[in-house]
Amino acid sequence: MADHSSHHHDHEHGVIAEPQTKGIWKTFIILSVLTAFEFLIAFTLNAGFLKTSIFVLMTIVKAFYIVGEFMHLKHETKSLIWAIILPCIFVVWLMLALLMEGGFIYIAK
Amino acid sequence: MAATATTDAPVFDKKTWMGGVEPMKASYGKLMMWFFLISDTFTFSALLVTYGLIRFSYPAYDPAVHGEFHFSNLYWPIPEKVYEAVPFLHGMELPLVFVGIMTFILIFSSVTMVLAVEAGHRMDRAAVEKYMLWTILGGITFLGSQAWEWSHFIHGTDEGTVIREIVNGQWVERTIFGANLVENQYGPPAFADLFFFITGFHGTHVLSGVVLNILIFYRTSFGLYERRGHYEMVEKVGLYWHFVDLVWVFVFTFFYLV
Repeated sequence: MADHSSHHHDHEHGVIAEPQTKGIWKTFIILSVLTAFEFLIAFTLNAGFLKTSIFVLMTIVKAFYIVGEFMHLKHETKSLIWAIILPCIFVVWLMLALLMEGGFIYIAK
Repeated sequence: MAATATTDAPVFDKKTWMGGVEPMKASYGKLMMWFFLISDTFTFSALLVTYGLIRFSYPAYDPAVHGEFHFSNLYWPIPEKVYEAVPFLHGMELPLVFVGIMTFILIFSSVTMVLAVEAGHRMDRAAVEKYMLWTILGGITFLGSQAWEWSHFIHGTDEGTVIREIVNGQWVERTIFGANLVENQYGPPAFADLFFFITGFHGTHVLSGVVLNILIFYRTSFGLYERRGHYEMVEKVGLYWHFVDLVWVFVFTFFYLV
Protein backbone atom coordinates (compact mmCIF):
# COMPACT_ATOMS: atom_id res chain seq x y z
CA MET A 1 0.00 0.00 0.00
CA ALA A 2 2.96 2.29 -0.49
CA ASP A 3 1.62 3.70 -3.69
CA HIS A 4 -0.90 6.30 -2.51
CA SER A 5 -3.13 7.72 -5.15
CA SER A 6 -6.36 9.52 -5.84
CA HIS A 7 -8.12 6.15 -5.98
CA HIS A 8 -10.04 6.27 -2.69
CA HIS A 9 -12.56 3.73 -1.50
CA ASP A 10 -14.76 3.59 1.56
CA HIS A 11 -12.90 0.45 2.47
CA GLU A 12 -12.01 -0.76 5.95
CA HIS A 13 -8.35 -0.93 4.96
CA GLY A 14 -8.49 2.58 3.60
CA VAL A 15 -6.64 3.17 0.34
CA ILE A 16 -6.43 0.51 -2.34
CA ALA A 17 -3.15 0.61 -4.22
CA GLU A 18 -3.01 1.19 -7.96
CA PRO A 19 -2.88 -1.98 -10.04
CA GLN A 20 0.57 -3.12 -11.18
CA THR A 21 -0.33 -5.01 -14.33
CA LYS A 22 2.39 -4.05 -16.80
CA GLY A 23 4.28 -7.32 -16.42
CA ILE A 24 1.10 -9.36 -16.85
CA TRP A 25 0.21 -7.71 -20.15
CA LYS A 26 3.79 -8.04 -21.37
CA THR A 27 3.64 -11.80 -20.73
CA PHE A 28 0.28 -11.97 -22.50
CA ILE A 29 1.70 -10.24 -25.57
CA ILE A 30 4.70 -12.59 -25.64
CA LEU A 31 2.41 -15.65 -25.45
CA SER A 32 0.13 -14.28 -28.18
CA VAL A 33 3.01 -13.47 -30.52
CA LEU A 34 4.53 -16.93 -30.01
CA THR A 35 1.17 -18.60 -30.75
CA ALA A 36 0.71 -16.46 -33.88
CA PHE A 37 4.24 -17.41 -34.95
CA GLU A 38 3.36 -21.09 -34.49
CA PHE A 39 0.43 -20.63 -36.87
CA LEU A 40 2.72 -18.99 -39.41
CA ILE A 41 5.12 -21.95 -39.21
CA ALA A 42 2.23 -24.44 -39.44
CA PHE A 43 1.27 -23.15 -42.90
CA THR A 44 4.64 -22.17 -44.37
CA LEU A 45 7.06 -24.98 -43.53
CA ASN A 46 6.86 -28.55 -44.79
CA ALA A 47 6.59 -31.31 -42.21
CA GLY A 48 9.98 -32.40 -41.03
CA PHE A 49 12.57 -32.26 -38.29
CA LEU A 50 12.99 -28.47 -38.50
CA LYS A 51 9.26 -27.78 -38.18
CA THR A 52 8.84 -30.13 -35.23
CA SER A 53 11.90 -28.66 -33.49
CA ILE A 54 10.55 -25.11 -33.86
CA PHE A 55 7.18 -26.20 -32.41
CA VAL A 56 8.81 -27.94 -29.44
CA LEU A 57 11.06 -24.96 -28.80
CA MET A 58 8.12 -22.48 -28.97
CA THR A 59 6.14 -24.70 -26.59
CA ILE A 60 8.96 -24.78 -24.05
CA VAL A 61 9.34 -20.99 -24.24
CA LYS A 62 5.58 -20.56 -23.70
CA ALA A 63 5.68 -23.01 -20.79
CA PHE A 64 8.55 -20.99 -19.30
CA TYR A 65 6.47 -17.79 -19.37
CA ILE A 66 3.30 -19.41 -18.03
CA VAL A 67 5.07 -21.23 -15.18
CA GLY A 68 7.61 -18.47 -14.48
CA GLU A 69 5.39 -15.40 -14.64
CA PHE A 70 1.74 -16.46 -14.32
CA MET A 71 2.42 -19.18 -11.77
CA HIS A 72 5.08 -16.99 -10.21
CA LEU A 73 7.62 -19.81 -9.94
CA LYS A 74 10.46 -17.53 -11.11
CA HIS A 75 10.03 -15.50 -7.94
CA GLU A 76 9.90 -18.41 -5.49
CA THR A 77 12.89 -19.77 -3.54
CA LYS A 78 15.53 -21.78 -5.40
CA SER A 79 14.68 -24.97 -3.54
CA LEU A 80 11.03 -24.77 -4.64
CA ILE A 81 12.02 -24.06 -8.26
CA TRP A 82 14.27 -27.13 -8.36
CA ALA A 83 11.72 -29.28 -6.51
CA ILE A 84 9.33 -28.61 -9.39
CA ILE A 85 11.72 -28.72 -12.34
CA LEU A 86 13.97 -31.67 -11.46
CA PRO A 87 11.24 -34.37 -11.38
CA CYS A 88 10.32 -33.36 -14.95
CA ILE A 89 13.62 -34.92 -16.11
CA PHE A 90 11.83 -38.27 -15.73
CA VAL A 91 9.38 -37.13 -18.39
CA VAL A 92 12.23 -36.50 -20.84
CA TRP A 93 13.50 -40.02 -20.24
CA LEU A 94 10.01 -41.51 -20.62
CA MET A 95 9.54 -39.61 -23.87
CA LEU A 96 12.82 -40.78 -25.42
CA ALA A 97 12.27 -44.38 -24.30
CA LEU A 98 8.70 -44.69 -25.55
CA LEU A 99 9.18 -42.80 -28.83
CA MET A 100 12.05 -45.15 -29.72
CA GLU A 101 9.89 -48.07 -28.66
CA GLY A 102 7.16 -46.81 -31.01
CA GLY A 103 9.66 -46.81 -33.88
CA PHE A 104 10.61 -50.41 -33.10
CA ILE A 105 6.94 -51.49 -33.00
CA TYR A 106 6.54 -49.95 -36.46
CA ILE A 107 9.50 -51.94 -37.79
CA ALA A 108 8.22 -55.15 -36.16
CA LYS A 109 4.65 -54.81 -37.54
CA MET B 1 3.07 -19.88 19.25
CA ALA B 2 -0.52 -20.79 18.56
CA ALA B 3 -1.41 -19.91 22.17
CA THR B 4 -0.08 -16.36 21.92
CA ALA B 5 -1.64 -15.89 18.50
CA THR B 6 -5.12 -16.54 19.90
CA THR B 7 -4.76 -14.02 22.74
CA ASP B 8 -3.34 -10.87 21.20
CA ALA B 9 -3.38 -11.35 17.44
CA PRO B 10 -6.42 -13.17 16.07
CA VAL B 11 -5.20 -12.54 12.52
CA PHE B 12 -4.15 -15.64 10.59
CA ASP B 13 -0.44 -15.46 9.91
CA LYS B 14 0.12 -17.15 6.59
CA LYS B 15 3.87 -17.32 7.14
CA THR B 16 3.42 -19.79 9.98
CA TRP B 17 2.76 -23.47 9.66
CA MET B 18 1.70 -25.25 12.83
CA GLY B 19 5.35 -26.14 13.42
CA GLY B 20 6.24 -22.47 13.28
CA VAL B 21 8.56 -22.73 10.28
CA GLU B 22 7.66 -22.33 6.66
CA PRO B 23 9.74 -24.47 4.29
CA MET B 24 10.60 -22.94 0.91
CA LYS B 25 8.93 -19.70 2.04
CA ALA B 26 5.65 -20.96 0.63
CA SER B 27 2.48 -21.53 2.62
CA TYR B 28 1.33 -25.08 3.25
CA GLY B 29 -1.56 -24.85 0.78
CA LYS B 30 0.53 -23.39 -2.04
CA LEU B 31 3.26 -26.00 -1.61
CA MET B 32 0.74 -28.83 -1.67
CA MET B 33 -0.87 -27.35 -4.79
CA TRP B 34 2.56 -27.37 -6.46
CA PHE B 35 3.13 -31.01 -5.52
CA PHE B 36 -0.32 -31.95 -6.78
CA LEU B 37 0.44 -30.18 -10.06
CA ILE B 38 3.70 -32.14 -10.39
CA SER B 39 1.75 -35.40 -10.11
CA ASP B 40 -0.77 -34.12 -12.66
CA THR B 41 2.15 -33.19 -14.93
CA PHE B 42 3.20 -36.84 -14.90
CA THR B 43 -0.32 -37.99 -15.77
CA PHE B 44 -0.58 -35.67 -18.75
CA SER B 45 3.00 -36.42 -19.83
CA ALA B 46 2.18 -40.13 -19.80
CA LEU B 47 -0.88 -39.51 -21.98
CA LEU B 48 0.97 -37.35 -24.50
CA VAL B 49 3.96 -39.69 -24.62
CA THR B 50 1.54 -42.57 -25.26
CA TYR B 51 0.20 -40.55 -28.18
CA GLY B 52 3.77 -40.28 -29.50
CA LEU B 53 4.41 -44.00 -28.99
CA ILE B 54 1.28 -45.06 -30.88
CA ARG B 55 1.80 -42.47 -33.60
CA PHE B 56 5.36 -43.66 -34.19
CA SER B 57 4.16 -47.26 -34.43
CA TYR B 58 1.99 -46.32 -37.47
CA PRO B 59 3.26 -45.27 -40.90
CA ALA B 60 3.44 -41.51 -41.41
CA TYR B 61 1.73 -39.93 -44.41
CA ASP B 62 4.18 -39.75 -47.30
CA PRO B 63 3.08 -38.07 -50.58
CA ALA B 64 5.49 -40.27 -52.57
CA VAL B 65 3.88 -43.49 -51.29
CA HIS B 66 0.24 -42.57 -50.59
CA GLY B 67 -0.40 -39.94 -53.27
CA GLU B 68 -2.54 -36.90 -52.50
CA PHE B 69 -3.73 -36.72 -48.91
CA HIS B 70 -7.01 -38.42 -48.15
CA PHE B 71 -8.31 -39.90 -44.92
CA SER B 72 -7.21 -43.52 -44.59
CA ASN B 73 -6.76 -45.95 -41.74
CA LEU B 74 -3.47 -47.07 -43.28
CA TYR B 75 -1.44 -44.10 -42.00
CA TRP B 76 -1.56 -41.42 -39.30
CA PRO B 77 -3.50 -38.34 -40.49
CA ILE B 78 -2.13 -34.78 -40.79
CA PRO B 79 -3.84 -32.81 -37.98
CA GLU B 80 -4.55 -29.69 -40.07
CA LYS B 81 -6.61 -31.83 -42.48
CA VAL B 82 -8.67 -33.20 -39.58
CA TYR B 83 -9.34 -30.01 -37.62
CA GLU B 84 -10.54 -27.55 -40.24
CA ALA B 85 -14.19 -26.92 -39.33
CA VAL B 86 -15.50 -23.75 -37.67
CA PRO B 87 -19.01 -23.24 -36.25
CA PHE B 88 -21.47 -21.39 -38.54
CA LEU B 89 -19.07 -21.74 -41.48
CA HIS B 90 -20.21 -25.12 -42.74
CA GLY B 91 -18.28 -26.66 -45.62
CA MET B 92 -15.39 -24.20 -45.52
CA GLU B 93 -11.86 -25.46 -45.10
CA LEU B 94 -10.31 -23.38 -42.34
CA PRO B 95 -7.51 -25.49 -40.92
CA LEU B 96 -6.71 -24.97 -37.24
CA VAL B 97 -8.70 -21.72 -37.05
CA PHE B 98 -11.18 -22.89 -34.43
CA VAL B 99 -8.57 -24.56 -32.25
CA GLY B 100 -6.54 -21.34 -32.51
CA ILE B 101 -9.49 -19.36 -31.21
CA MET B 102 -9.84 -21.86 -28.33
CA THR B 103 -6.14 -21.41 -27.51
CA PHE B 104 -6.53 -17.64 -27.30
CA ILE B 105 -9.64 -17.97 -25.12
CA LEU B 106 -7.71 -20.10 -22.63
CA ILE B 107 -4.61 -17.86 -22.63
CA PHE B 108 -6.83 -14.84 -22.09
CA SER B 109 -8.68 -16.45 -19.19
CA SER B 110 -5.26 -17.18 -17.70
CA VAL B 111 -4.46 -13.48 -17.95
CA THR B 112 -7.68 -12.45 -16.19
CA MET B 113 -6.82 -15.02 -13.48
CA VAL B 114 -3.43 -13.35 -12.80
CA LEU B 115 -5.21 -10.01 -12.75
CA ALA B 116 -7.55 -11.42 -10.07
CA VAL B 117 -4.54 -12.62 -8.05
CA GLU B 118 -2.91 -9.22 -8.42
CA ALA B 119 -6.11 -7.50 -7.26
CA GLY B 120 -6.18 -9.88 -4.29
CA HIS B 121 -2.72 -8.72 -3.22
CA ARG B 122 -4.08 -5.17 -3.13
CA MET B 123 -7.20 -6.29 -1.18
CA ASP B 124 -9.32 -4.90 -3.99
CA ARG B 125 -12.43 -7.03 -3.61
CA ALA B 126 -14.39 -5.47 -6.49
CA ALA B 127 -11.53 -6.09 -8.93
CA VAL B 128 -11.12 -9.71 -7.75
CA GLU B 129 -14.84 -10.28 -8.37
CA LYS B 130 -14.64 -8.68 -11.83
CA TYR B 131 -11.63 -10.68 -13.00
CA MET B 132 -12.92 -13.95 -11.51
CA LEU B 133 -16.11 -13.48 -13.54
CA TRP B 134 -14.08 -12.95 -16.73
CA THR B 135 -12.04 -16.07 -15.94
CA ILE B 136 -15.18 -18.14 -15.38
CA LEU B 137 -16.64 -16.82 -18.63
CA GLY B 138 -13.44 -17.78 -20.50
CA GLY B 139 -13.52 -21.29 -19.01
CA ILE B 140 -17.16 -21.84 -19.94
CA THR B 141 -16.57 -20.54 -23.48
CA PHE B 142 -13.66 -22.94 -23.87
CA LEU B 143 -15.79 -25.87 -22.67
CA GLY B 144 -18.54 -24.92 -25.10
CA SER B 145 -16.03 -24.76 -27.97
CA GLN B 146 -14.68 -28.14 -27.03
CA ALA B 147 -18.18 -29.61 -26.94
CA TRP B 148 -18.74 -28.32 -30.48
CA GLU B 149 -15.40 -29.72 -31.64
CA TRP B 150 -16.19 -33.14 -30.17
CA SER B 151 -19.61 -33.11 -31.75
CA HIS B 152 -18.13 -32.32 -35.16
CA PHE B 153 -15.42 -34.96 -34.72
CA ILE B 154 -18.02 -37.58 -33.79
CA HIS B 155 -20.42 -36.78 -36.64
CA GLY B 156 -17.73 -36.38 -39.28
CA THR B 157 -17.57 -34.69 -42.66
CA ASP B 158 -20.36 -34.69 -45.26
CA GLU B 159 -18.51 -37.09 -47.57
CA GLY B 160 -17.26 -39.58 -45.01
CA THR B 161 -14.45 -42.00 -45.81
CA VAL B 162 -14.69 -45.26 -47.74
CA ILE B 163 -12.92 -48.09 -45.98
CA ARG B 164 -12.26 -51.65 -47.17
CA GLU B 165 -12.60 -54.47 -44.73
CA ILE B 166 -12.99 -58.25 -44.70
CA VAL B 167 -16.49 -59.43 -43.78
CA ASN B 168 -17.09 -63.21 -43.84
CA GLY B 169 -13.94 -63.75 -45.86
CA GLN B 170 -14.75 -61.17 -48.54
CA TRP B 171 -13.52 -57.62 -49.12
CA VAL B 172 -16.37 -55.14 -48.85
CA GLU B 173 -16.40 -51.35 -49.10
CA ARG B 174 -18.25 -49.20 -46.60
CA THR B 175 -18.48 -45.46 -45.96
CA ILE B 176 -18.00 -44.33 -42.37
CA PHE B 177 -18.76 -40.91 -40.97
CA GLY B 178 -16.95 -39.38 -38.03
CA ALA B 179 -15.27 -41.26 -35.25
CA ASN B 180 -15.99 -43.25 -32.14
CA LEU B 181 -13.90 -45.58 -30.03
CA VAL B 182 -13.96 -48.45 -32.56
CA GLU B 183 -13.96 -46.79 -35.99
CA ASN B 184 -12.60 -43.54 -37.31
CA GLN B 185 -13.02 -41.81 -40.66
CA TYR B 186 -9.92 -39.64 -40.19
CA GLY B 187 -7.35 -42.37 -39.66
CA PRO B 188 -6.53 -45.37 -37.48
CA PRO B 189 -9.08 -45.94 -34.65
CA ALA B 190 -6.27 -45.36 -32.11
CA PHE B 191 -6.07 -41.75 -33.33
CA ALA B 192 -9.69 -41.09 -32.31
CA ASP B 193 -9.27 -42.99 -29.02
CA LEU B 194 -6.33 -40.77 -28.08
CA PHE B 195 -8.21 -37.65 -29.18
CA PHE B 196 -11.15 -38.48 -26.92
CA PHE B 197 -8.96 -39.53 -24.00
CA ILE B 198 -6.48 -36.65 -24.00
CA THR B 199 -8.74 -33.72 -24.89
CA GLY B 200 -11.43 -35.25 -22.67
CA PHE B 201 -9.07 -35.50 -19.70
CA HIS B 202 -7.98 -31.93 -20.26
CA GLY B 203 -11.62 -30.81 -20.61
CA THR B 204 -12.42 -32.49 -17.29
CA HIS B 205 -9.64 -30.43 -15.73
CA VAL B 206 -11.10 -27.25 -17.25
CA LEU B 207 -14.52 -28.21 -15.88
CA SER B 208 -13.22 -28.72 -12.34
CA GLY B 209 -11.24 -25.48 -12.70
CA VAL B 210 -14.44 -23.62 -13.59
CA VAL B 211 -16.21 -25.15 -10.57
CA LEU B 212 -13.35 -24.07 -8.28
CA ASN B 213 -13.35 -20.59 -9.84
CA ILE B 214 -17.09 -20.24 -9.22
CA LEU B 215 -16.56 -21.28 -5.59
CA ILE B 216 -13.79 -18.68 -5.19
CA PHE B 217 -15.94 -16.01 -6.81
CA TYR B 218 -18.84 -16.87 -4.49
CA ARG B 219 -16.69 -16.71 -1.38
CA THR B 220 -15.01 -13.48 -2.53
CA SER B 221 -18.33 -11.77 -3.16
CA PHE B 222 -19.51 -12.74 0.33
CA GLY B 223 -16.41 -11.11 1.77
CA LEU B 224 -14.86 -14.24 3.27
CA TYR B 225 -11.33 -13.48 2.08
CA GLU B 226 -11.61 -9.84 3.09
CA ARG B 227 -12.50 -10.93 6.62
CA ARG B 228 -9.68 -13.49 6.54
CA GLY B 229 -7.27 -10.70 5.66
CA HIS B 230 -5.77 -12.23 2.51
CA TYR B 231 -6.76 -13.65 -0.87
CA GLU B 232 -4.37 -16.60 -0.92
CA MET B 233 -7.15 -18.95 -1.96
CA VAL B 234 -7.36 -17.05 -5.26
CA GLU B 235 -3.64 -17.66 -5.76
CA LYS B 236 -3.92 -21.40 -5.08
CA VAL B 237 -6.82 -21.93 -7.45
CA GLY B 238 -4.99 -19.61 -9.86
CA LEU B 239 -2.04 -22.03 -9.88
CA TYR B 240 -4.40 -24.82 -10.89
CA TRP B 241 -6.01 -22.69 -13.60
CA HIS B 242 -2.66 -21.70 -15.12
CA PHE B 243 -1.65 -25.35 -15.09
CA VAL B 244 -4.74 -26.21 -17.14
CA ASP B 245 -3.70 -23.51 -19.60
CA LEU B 246 -0.15 -24.91 -19.63
CA VAL B 247 -1.40 -28.41 -20.44
CA TRP B 248 -3.42 -26.98 -23.33
CA VAL B 249 -0.25 -25.37 -24.72
CA PHE B 250 1.28 -28.85 -24.88
CA VAL B 251 -1.86 -30.56 -26.18
CA PHE B 252 -2.13 -27.84 -28.84
CA THR B 253 1.43 -28.45 -30.03
CA PHE B 254 1.55 -32.23 -29.95
CA PHE B 255 -2.02 -32.91 -31.07
CA TYR B 256 -2.83 -30.13 -33.50
CA LEU B 257 0.44 -28.74 -34.85
CA VAL B 258 3.03 -31.53 -35.07
